[in-house]
Amino acid sequence: MANLETIEQALEKVKDPEIPVLTIKDLGVLRGLERAEDGSLKVIITPTYSGCPAMYTIEQSIKQVLTRLGEETVTIETRLDPAWTTDWMTEEAKQKLQDFGIAPPEGSSADKRALFGEEKQVTCPHCKSRNTFMKSQFGSTACKSLYQCWDCEEPFDYFKCL
Amino acid sequence: MEQEKQKAALNLSLVMGDNALILGHRLSEWCGHGPILEQDIALSNIALDLIGQARLWLSHAGKLQGGKSEDDLAYHRDVFDFHNFQMVETPNGHWGKTLLRQFLYDAWHHAMLQKLVLAQDEDIAGIARKSLKEVNYHLRWSSEWVIRLGDGTEESAAKMQDAYADVWPYVGELLQKDFWLKELDQWIPGFTADEILAQWWKTVREVFSQANLPAEPMDWLYRKGHLGHHTEHLGFILAEMQFLPRAYPDATW
Repeated sequence: MANLETIEQALEKVKDPEIPVLTIKDLGVLRGLERAEDGSLKVIITPTYSGCPAMYTIEQSIKQVLTRLGEETVTIETRLDPAWTTDWMTEEAKQKLQDFGIAPPEGSSADKRALFGEEKQVTCPHCKSRNTFMKSQFGSTACKSLYQCWDCEEPFDYFKCL
Repeated sequence: MEQEKQKAALNLSLVMGDNALILGHRLSEWCGHGPILEQDIALSNIALDLIGQARLWLSHAGKLQGGKSEDDLAYHRDVFDFHNFQMVETPNGHWGKTLLRQFLYDAWHHAMLQKLVLAQDEDIAGIARKSLKEVNYHLRWSSEWVIRLGDGTEESAAKMQDAYADVWPYVGELLQKDFWLKELDQWIPGFTADEILAQWWKTVREVFSQANLPAEPMDWLYRKGHLGHHTEHLGFILAEMQFLPRAYPDATW
């Protein structure tokens, strides 16, 4: 039976299938590991968005990794509270996103105003210009919106604050 | 008392879950048919959020009913067991109608969730906290569209008037202080039905004043979607949505 530290390291290999440069640990999706007295292992995860279709794949990948480590009884618990926030993303994760061509979330997610919050200034991940605009609040996945850069004219995804 | 609380929690979960499920299904019908790609994607995203939230609410409702699953509730109930508002089951119509319906629902959804996050019931508060973050984005998007269309070209303004005539008569159901809404003030601190409704009116007046639409109460019919009384449309939705798990009960992904 592997110790929790080894398991945690192994789980760092589990990637988000939509954003393959980020691991579930980078994202803050992996919330905890618990070993019960009977030897079974519980993995606690939290979804980024409630309808995120990647969650199923993530669960499968976790089980695969743990089976390889010789774990026999694994349960995966989805915990909603505290709700996932982009604030949990590590700085390293934000840098990885940037390098991958996705603008990382800027500022904190504490924006409570639902109506007409001012548009965020987002840096273009390609040419680093701040001269960008939001094309659509909703993008290719639930967690992103679509931006375009006025300077290099490239469209890009922005990982929006939640 | 404990039993009453449980009943209220079940009613609430079914109203929230069924509304999210049926509206999410309606919005999914736009997938591939949106006016432009970005907005097609936007609606599909919102549909996905709503279906995700429906899963959370219905899982909770199933637990309260003694171990039913979200799928039992979504696929194995008939029309009279659904608790959604009639408004969300109405056909999509044109883009303006879908957007106006969405906005009116988002405004209600947002006002509800803002209070539900305070519930002493940790399951309900947890689902509400998760959902509220997503609904913030829904409401912002639908508000902007209602204004853009209502205060846009002659044609878009005319279509919004047309949408208004279609959708506004269904609004009354969101504003009825019915049993399930009243039950909540017994156990959610600071929850009053009046406050939810006042918040709804505030959001709607703010947006409608810019969209050139009248936000006036009318003699609304007493609609009872939340009690299982539905329009003919819901049956067609269920026929499509439930076909597969009913015809092939062993089907899995």
